[in-house]
Amino acid sequence: MADTRVSQAGLRQRSAPAEPGSPAILFDRVGVSYGRGRKQTHALIDFNLRVAAGETVALLGPSGSGKSTALNALAGFVRPTSGRVRLAGHDVTDLPPARRGIGVVLQSYALFPHMTVADNVAFGLRAQRTPRHEIAPRVAEVLDMVGMSGYMKRLPRELSGGQQQRVAIARALAIRPAVLLLDEPLAALDAALRQSMLAELQLLKEALPDTAMLYVTHDQAEALALADRIVVMNDARLMDVDTAENLWKRPPTSFTAAFLGGANLLPCTVGRVIGSSALVTVGPRTVNAEAPAPALGHDDWGPGSAALLCVRPHALQIVSAREKDAFSATVNAAVWRGAVTRLVLSVQSLPDVLVDVDVPGHTPFEVGSVVGLRLPEPAGVLVSTGSTP
Amino acid sequence: MTTVLDRDVTTPADPAPPRSTAWLWVLPPLALVLLVVLYPLLRVFWESSTGNSWGDVLGSQVFRDALWRTVAIAATSTAGCLVLGTFLAIVLAFVPFPGSALVGRLIDTVLALPSFLITLAFTFLYGSAGAVNAAISAITGSSSPLLDFLYTPAGVITAEITFFTPFVVRPLLAVFALIPRAQLDVAASLGASPLTVLRSVIMPEAWPALAAGGSLVLLLTLNEFGIVLFTGAKGVITLPVLIYTRGIVTFDLPGAAVIATVQVVLSLLLYGLYRVIFARLTAR
Repeated sequence: MADTRVSQAGLRQRSAPAEPGSPAILFDRVGVSYGRGRKQTHALIDFNLRVAAGETVALLGPSGSGKSTALNALAGFVRPTSGRVRLAGHDVTDLPPARRGIGVVLQSYALFPHMTVADNVAFGLRAQRTPRHEIAPRVAEVLDMVGMSGYMKRLPRELSGGQQQRVAIARALAIRPAVLLLDEPLAALDAALRQSMLAELQLLKEALPDTAMLYVTHDQAEALALADRIVVMNDARLMDVDTAENLWKRPPTSFTAAFLGGANLLPCTVGRVIGSSALVTVGPRTVNAEAPAPALGHDDWGPGSAALLCVRPHALQIVSAREKDAFSATVNAAVWRGAVTRLVLSVQSLPDVLVDVDVPGHTPFEVGSVVGLRLPEPAGVLVSTGSTP
Repeated sequence: MTTVLDRDVTTPADPAPPRSTAWLWVLPPLALVLLVVLYPLLRVFWESSTGNSWGDVLGSQVFRDALWRTVAIAATSTAGCLVLGTFLAIVLAFVPFPGSALVGRLIDTVLALPSFLITLAFTFLYGSAGAVNAAISAITGSSSPLLDFLYTPAGVITAEITFFTPFVVRPLLAVFALIPRAQLDVAASLGASPLTVLRSVIMPEAWPALAAGGSLVLLLTLNEFGIVLFTGAKGVITLPVLIYTRGIVTFDLPGAAVIATVQVVLSLLLYGLYRVIFARLTAR
């Protein structure tokens, strides 16, 4: 009942109810540009996305890729220059942010500094003229949800970064939004706090089974941990969209392969293809590889065609340089990262490629030493040749 | 351990650092301030205490009228500056329009001009033979000027509002620039109308700047002499004008000194208030 009320509060100018079966969020060929003529900059180009109720979708990409612009267009903070934005089937493209009923959590928290925690959380309820007797219980409920019940009378400046972010989340949830937007919510926190908040966001997601979440991040770990699906963006365009597992295991494009998990992309030539397997030639060796359906707009894997072999750094093995089935490689750098040691190798038979390899533990390698590099079986996944970040 | 302690005991104490004489450098500027600022004030106060000047002046109707008019004009002008300045600052900061930067710079320019110039400009605009009255006469055919407020308290207040409004706009713009855009966006997304955002998010941040700007304007309008003098309004006698009349025109120096002392006390009280508000603002 309460959810229905808030939906009406959010889109209270709507006359028709939510269209059955329509997605919670729909971007329909949305474009955002700034400036005119030769000074025109495209911040978002032809962006299409459907997000179902209860689904969490992460917009993942480097800075300037358009992910925050997409979020801002949905929230109503920027006006699309083309396309339409729909919430629960209703066109909200021309509605101001106040009439969209979307909860927004930003990297900077954006708490109102002169208001106490309780007043911050109650702000949206008061703005939507919620009856006074409903405000206090709702504020207490959401603050309890984020573990901030004991801080009601505090001012934002008296809280740590993590606590401020919790209050920002509670403030967004107080209005019971059908859609929750999170724009790099953990980016301003230190590493330990980020991990803790990530776990809390996972719990929050489970506690809000009907809320569609759009989560903007440039951190692939956050996207993998939270998202049901990941949208990979680059240069103001949507590059790929799929489940986190699919994008990780079978990245459709070289950009996604490199951006999501930092895969090695080894140039290869496709040989015989049988079903979803292929024999490919990498340098002087022929190996087995997985050949998924090519990405949209790319040709099928034809014998003799050029492709990239996507191999994750942890899948590669360092062996003796004398091993016959190994590539001979020189260690360019060895960096200890705690759980693994990251090696950067130059492979003699692949002159234009630097290969990253993760070796478990703290393993000392001398820079300039020659090692053997063995591909796994199957060696990796075929990826269409294309742009890399 | 004992050895170490013993050695510590026998170690000679460090010699005391030489006494600094740097504080002596404060004496020349202090003497200068005492001579240039404090002495004239004390001299005025001393002059005011001769005879029964205080009783004569404070009991006179002219003084009471001037005091009331000074405070009334200053308070009205300040209120006008606050209203107009807040409106202008909000428009300049949150309603982007082509040329807003130019308008901002023009406001800065007004701060650099002498106050009497505004009155002079008003004379050319709204005076009996000014451009506005000429235009009205051309349209209506009337021979007498329809707009005749320049030589009244309303004329002084209008001129003071025009001249002193930038003193309110500038600190407000500085505060508005510090309010993160994200706060306004989030407030709007939570369902707040622009008016609610202004009232609940923006203005609470701006109150100290508004109070500081208002205090400064009140202080300046209380002491304003150029605008009143240039208006030439016969009925508008303020404390500064009364000091001028008593001291320079009628040579009643003790009487002028009494009024000046009252003026100084008023100004210092207001300046104290301004400093308190400004300190609070800058401490945030």
